[in-house]
Amino acid sequence: MLSKEKTKYIEDSRFKYTLREIKKNASVYLLIAPFFLLFIVFLVVPILISLPIGFTNFDMVQFPKWVGMDNFYTLFLQDEVFLIAIKNTMIFAFITGPVGYMMCFLLAWAINEMPKFLKTLFTFVFYAPTLAGNIYTTWQLIFSGDTYGILNSWLIQLGIINGPIQWLTDANYILTSVIIVQIWMSLGAGFLAIRAGLQGIDRSYYEAGAIDGIKNRTQELLYITVPSMGPQLLFAAVMTITGSFTAGDIGRFLTAFPSTDYAAHTIMTHAYDYGYIRFEMGYASAICFILFIVMLFANSLIRRILGRYLND
Amino acid sequence: MSIFSKFKNRDRKHRKSYGGSRAGAFFLFLVLILLGVFMIFPIYLSVIQSIKPPQELFEFPPKLYAVNPTDQNYTDMMKLVGSQWVPFSRYAFNSVVIAVSVTVLQLVFASSAAYALAKVKFPGVKFFNKLITLALLFTSQVLFIMQYLVMASLNLIDTLAAVILPAISTAMGLFLMIQFMGQIHDAMIEAAKLDGASHIRICWQIVMPNVKPAWLTLMIFAFQGAWQINGYAFIYSEQLKPIPAVLQQIATEVIKRAGVAAATVVIMMVPPIVLFLIAQSNIIETMAQSGIKD
Repeated sequence: MLSKEKTKYIEDSRFKYTLREIKKNASVYLLIAPFFLLFIVFLVVPILISLPIGFTNFDMVQFPKWVGMDNFYTLFLQDEVFLIAIKNTMIFAFITGPVGYMMCFLLAWAINEMPKFLKTLFTFVFYAPTLAGNIYTTWQLIFSGDTYGILNSWLIQLGIINGPIQWLTDANYILTSVIIVQIWMSLGAGFLAIRAGLQGIDRSYYEAGAIDGIKNRTQELLYITVPSMGPQLLFAAVMTITGSFTAGDIGRFLTAFPSTDYAAHTIMTHAYDYGYIRFEMGYASAICFILFIVMLFANSLIRRILGRYLND
Repeated sequence: MSIFSKFKNRDRKHRKSYGGSRAGAFFLFLVLILLGVFMIFPIYLSVIQSIKPPQELFEFPPKLYAVNPTDQNYTDMMKLVGSQWVPFSRYAFNSVVIAVSVTVLQLVFASSAAYALAKVKFPGVKFFNKLITLALLFTSQVLFIMQYLVMASLNLIDTLAAVILPAISTAMGLFLMIQFMGQIHDAMIEAAKLDGASHIRICWQIVMPNVKPAWLTLMIFAFQGAWQINGYAFIYSEQLKPIPAVLQQIATEVIKRAGVAAATVVIMMVPPIVLFLIAQSNIIETMAQSGIKD
């Protein structure tokens, strides 16, 4: 039998019901208010204003002029560099994404059983490239194209090469060099989240698993660890997606900009080129808009894959 | 495959150890060490660069250690910083204010909001969750112009608030906390509710202690991000600039001084590293409490 309260809810219109729920949960809105107030004012509003900019011509001096889909037609039909940028972004994303993601998970897991000191040390060492800020600039010393370059001097001393290789300006090597640096930096937020997640897995699950006939570490990983890590795996995946699709800063800094034959040119550097150098903000927004769509797609794909481990 | 079953670890006392080859464990340890060297090498290199005297910076073959280590680059850096008309302590003060307020407020705001979004059903919860996901995936090179417009209309330009306020609410921080809080069993929250606890109390006295690894991790992210804020677009007054702004000024001002530039990079990475080590050892400590989520 339905309680009086429930019958009343059913009689109510949807709107009244919602209002009642809002009143009932008034204190919850207080909890989310501080965060979302700042979030909406400083992020959502700017995003909403910037969305239509992609459909305009905007040089930051004159008021934006509506041009409809023109920017998008130009991007796909006339801008050859953009097509190179898409190709490079895809190569980048499909190499650094999966490799980085696997590294995040496997390394976090591999050090999980270590004694405290070693665990802290390895977590630090693996995360250090992200922690240390702009330290990736040091890779210039390693990949430097003259004989002072560390890599060149090693290879010359070992007799593998005769003369220095232009790692950062020879179009044959640029993408590989930048990918190496990108992978070096891939143990970032996702890695730490997975590390923290592993710390929180209930020990009793493993005991139960052992009783239920789990025979080895691999089974333990597949049947206990991974299923209890769904939320952290999703977090790491989203971080990896945004990281690998928006890659570009590292390449832009290490190689000359624009890189030889646009070998390190990604969608993000293309947007930088138009946004910060040519001040064609409309065109730059259109580029970012396409990137956003691509990432939305990648995100829903990942959620589908990880879906069965998630609690919602 | 057992990797570290050879380590006798008190944390593992309830756990069955599965047999595995010693050779396998050794091989894996070796791989981890090699990877570690690869990860740390560039950082080691920049530390070495910062203590090399100028004549050692360019030699062939380049040495991986300093023959005559010197603190010259650091004293040069301090001299250059001191030659600015604003004393260094002022920049440091600004940086600390920015980093501490962003970290503390982000922790408090994101945790409260994450509890509501992960654990309470209320009208709008789906909308806010969706909003976070979309914001997480949106990157734009033109966003800063729009942010500038918003700041200008709020009269925030050239105040510390202009760099602090937008850095507090990050989609990533909230998303992280939501993911971790989602793992807390509803039974625990229901029990607290029956005892008459308010949402605020449930969030701070019951949920937060159980997601300690999560908020310690968020603390690392928040501090690390805030420490690097240079405030270029929004702060013009010299006396309001943080350390990264002045270090970048001197590193580019003086015609490409590799040594001084390396010294600035090294100095900047010290505070995040210290905080990281403190937070991480606390995170690892939490493992000892078992039955964390029931």
